[in-house]
Amino acid sequence: MADMRKLVRMLNELDEDMVQCVRCGMCQAVCPLYAETGREADVARGKLVLVENLSKEILKDPRAVKERLDKCLLCGSCEAACPSGVKVLEVFLKARAIITGYLGLSPVKKAIFRGFLSNPDRFDGLLKWMARIQGPFSRNVNETLGSSCARFMSPVIGDRHYLPIAAAAWHKKGRRDFQHPKGEGIKVAFYPGCLVDKVLPRVADAAMKVFEYHQVDVFVPDQIPCCGIPALASGDRQTFEHLVEKNLDIFEKVPFDYLITPCATCTATIVKLWPMMTDLLPEATRDRVQALSEKTRDINEFLVSVLNVGTAEMPADPGRSVTYHDPCHLRKSLGIIDQPRTLIKAAGSRKLVEMKDPERCCGMGGSFNLQHYETSRKIGEKKLNCIAATGADTVATGCPACMLQITDLLSHAGLSVSVRHPVEIYAEAIGNI
Amino acid sequence: MTNKNLISEFARILGKENVMAEEADRQAYSYDSAMLPPVVPGLVVRPTSSQQLSHTIRLCSLHGLPLTVRGSGTNLSGGTIPSSSESVVVVTNGLNRIIELNARDLYAVVEPGVITADFAKAAAMKGLFYPPDPGSQTVSTLGGNVAENAGGLRGLKYGVTRDYVMGMEFFDAGGELIKAGSKTVKCVSGFNLCDLMVGSEGLLGVYSQIILKLIPPPVAQQAMMAIFDTVESASEAVSAIIANRIIPCTLEFLDNFTIRTVEDFRHAGLPVDAGALLLIEVDGHPAQVEDEAAKVKEICRQNQAKKIQVAQSVEEKELIWQARRDALPALARLKPTTILEDATVPRSQLPAMISRIKAIAEKYRLIIGTFGHAGDGNLHPTILTDKRDTEEYSRVEAAIDEIFDAALGLGGTLSGEHGIGLAKCKYMENETNRATIEYSKRLKSVLDPKNILNPGKMFGGRDDG
Repeated sequence: MADMRKLVRMLNELDEDMVQCVRCGMCQAVCPLYAETGREADVARGKLVLVENLSKEILKDPRAVKERLDKCLLCGSCEAACPSGVKVLEVFLKARAIITGYLGLSPVKKAIFRGFLSNPDRFDGLLKWMARIQGPFSRNVNETLGSSCARFMSPVIGDRHYLPIAAAAWHKKGRRDFQHPKGEGIKVAFYPGCLVDKVLPRVADAAMKVFEYHQVDVFVPDQIPCCGIPALASGDRQTFEHLVEKNLDIFEKVPFDYLITPCATCTATIVKLWPMMTDLLPEATRDRVQALSEKTRDINEFLVSVLNVGTAEMPADPGRSVTYHDPCHLRKSLGIIDQPRTLIKAAGSRKLVEMKDPERCCGMGGSFNLQHYETSRKIGEKKLNCIAATGADTVATGCPACMLQITDLLSHAGLSVSVRHPVEIYAEAIGNI
Repeated sequence: MTNKNLISEFARILGKENVMAEEADRQAYSYDSAMLPPVVPGLVVRPTSSQQLSHTIRLCSLHGLPLTVRGSGTNLSGGTIPSSSESVVVVTNGLNRIIELNARDLYAVVEPGVITADFAKAAAMKGLFYPPDPGSQTVSTLGGNVAENAGGLRGLKYGVTRDYVMGMEFFDAGGELIKAGSKTVKCVSGFNLCDLMVGSEGLLGVYSQIILKLIPPPVAQQAMMAIFDTVESASEAVSAIIANRIIPCTLEFLDNFTIRTVEDFRHAGLPVDAGALLLIEVDGHPAQVEDEAAKVKEICRQNQAKKIQVAQSVEEKELIWQARRDALPALARLKPTTILEDATVPRSQLPAMISRIKAIAEKYRLIIGTFGHAGDGNLHPTILTDKRDTEEYSRVEAAIDEIFDAALGLGGTLSGEHGIGLAKCKYMENETNRATIEYSKRLKSVLDPKNILNPGKMFGGRDDG
């Protein structure tokens, strides 16, 4: 679609949202990227101006705008703090899609998104293969964290300390049907999200233990497509829409009360971005999206707000302590702040110690980390210092992407602080409570 | 800027990462928070040391390049919009060290790019108080505050930025280091260059270090909200409080339109039928606070306050100030474009000014919400519009002209705290006179013979400058 007029016309459809920005610049106070670089094109105000200028043909360089637009964690800190209520994420995601439509998707991304991500079985196969070959290339670094690093110089892995890919996707063995399809009680469909499914299966195991304890009937399908956020962030609306529809087909097969995910990003994507970014699909599909989106809950929120876990706080073991990091996609996108903390307190195994600035972004930002690793690390170092200052032996967070970033940070710093999902902490305590 | 040699010379001094020459990056520095036409600069540089700053100015001077110094670009009068497409924008947020925080002698030395709220927090950590609190304090830089002589909510009792600048080092138009003021409480060595530099809007020099005064914090505070049927009785109460020798640290005003808008936004239970609200805080020694709070309450009652809510807890106090903080964001959400003015009148003229603003809003069929610092007569009439609606926007411009006429007619000033910049230079002569403008221009032409320091601001066109 190398038609500049079409690009301009489509960008102008965002005008009503862009014009809301009064250039007050308050986003500078909260943007984790701007805090590192101090460059106006890195903060929401600057990016909004660039998109607007492109739409008015004041700037005629879509590539330059895309480059700057892509340099964003999509953490939503700016939107949450915006005095004028500008829908920053919506403008950014739609502009990314429009400009990518004009410039075309990069061949690598095209191969990954359209070749693998949109085809769950092939994607599982690829990761299974990678899991098998990662051994010889990796070296263990930190026992507590379970982190590894590259054994040899690798342009892809770089200096990252990572958690190895699981030998098999969790849902292969985790798949299950409702035990009492016609029975009473709460029925949930479980959506682990790719990171839990393929890198942190222990979180899904913990969730199953918790569901069993609370007698929640669970359904796990044998195929779980990605929620679409990586494609959406790269402006690939086609793959995103394809994945949304695939998920709808799978999760509409069985009736349930809630779709539960332990991934902050998947929850925010399904709850907020699916309805926002499927506006070009037929109305019937949008209704289906709305229905599934309304049933979707973060697992912390579900346990605390629906199952009322944690009404009685347990006395904590004074010898151990845990600190909690607020994932942007829980706190800023969904307003989920207290529930994960309540869950940790309900476990009673560790004293909860608040870190300074728990809401500060860890710097992961999904593909941001892949493209801007050095900056991502720099942003993360502030988080690392806040975690370390608490002296806690565990850091909990409700987002597997944050868990990976924090693992990398702690591992580089040589700290033996374990990284856990609140659900893992709660599950561990089952039997003791 | 097409001159590649010059760009690489800047890159040599500042490092490549601190020189922004690409069109997209330059466009991101073409505006500030004032609703004025953007000007794309020729180059943007971001020095990270005093030395780099000095070299930058020398290079600009050598090539006769105009330069506009920019902190966080939250200027509300267009002072940080580049003067021309040749301009070099000098971003100061890389100069952000607090060099010294001296609790014995109650001063601090800072670089110009330190964020106001970060500095106030650092001072508080040492048990000290930096009072100036402009609305943009979480992002504004101290350099920007000094250049604009920024005010804030505490102006009535604690004064404005000017009252806290003890001294500074700055570079003149040729990049020479000039020293003004000192770290001492008293200093009469030479001209008072320091006061000349405060509020000079980047026209006379570029700050490299600023010495700021700190004071001991008040021990106790008491906040309250007084509800009035009419604006007149609220402003009578303001006058009476001051006449009774009480200077609250904050004395803020919200008109009925603003009250209703904030209530729609927050649903905190504000009285939507009230003509005006006063949000008042007294601070100081606990005994004094208790005494003054009782008197303020009594005075409000004598002036027909319908109801007075005294904050009984931290949460209640927070609720009162939340209403004030919500004023601008709540208004801003009603329409796409928000224009915040800061015409200021002597305190006693507050009711007259408020009724003039109301009449202007009706005459030009515009929505204007008014709130602001009643205690010091500094109002923020906030015009809600849509800049895309050119017909309405021309009425907005006419209304702004009339608001300024009204303020000047009542013995007031164009700007209490936002500065003149580009937005108000055409009214300057109305407030002063021709001779004053000429005097200021002569001063500028002697100190900046090549006219490179933020030309075109304060008195208009560059050629004219």
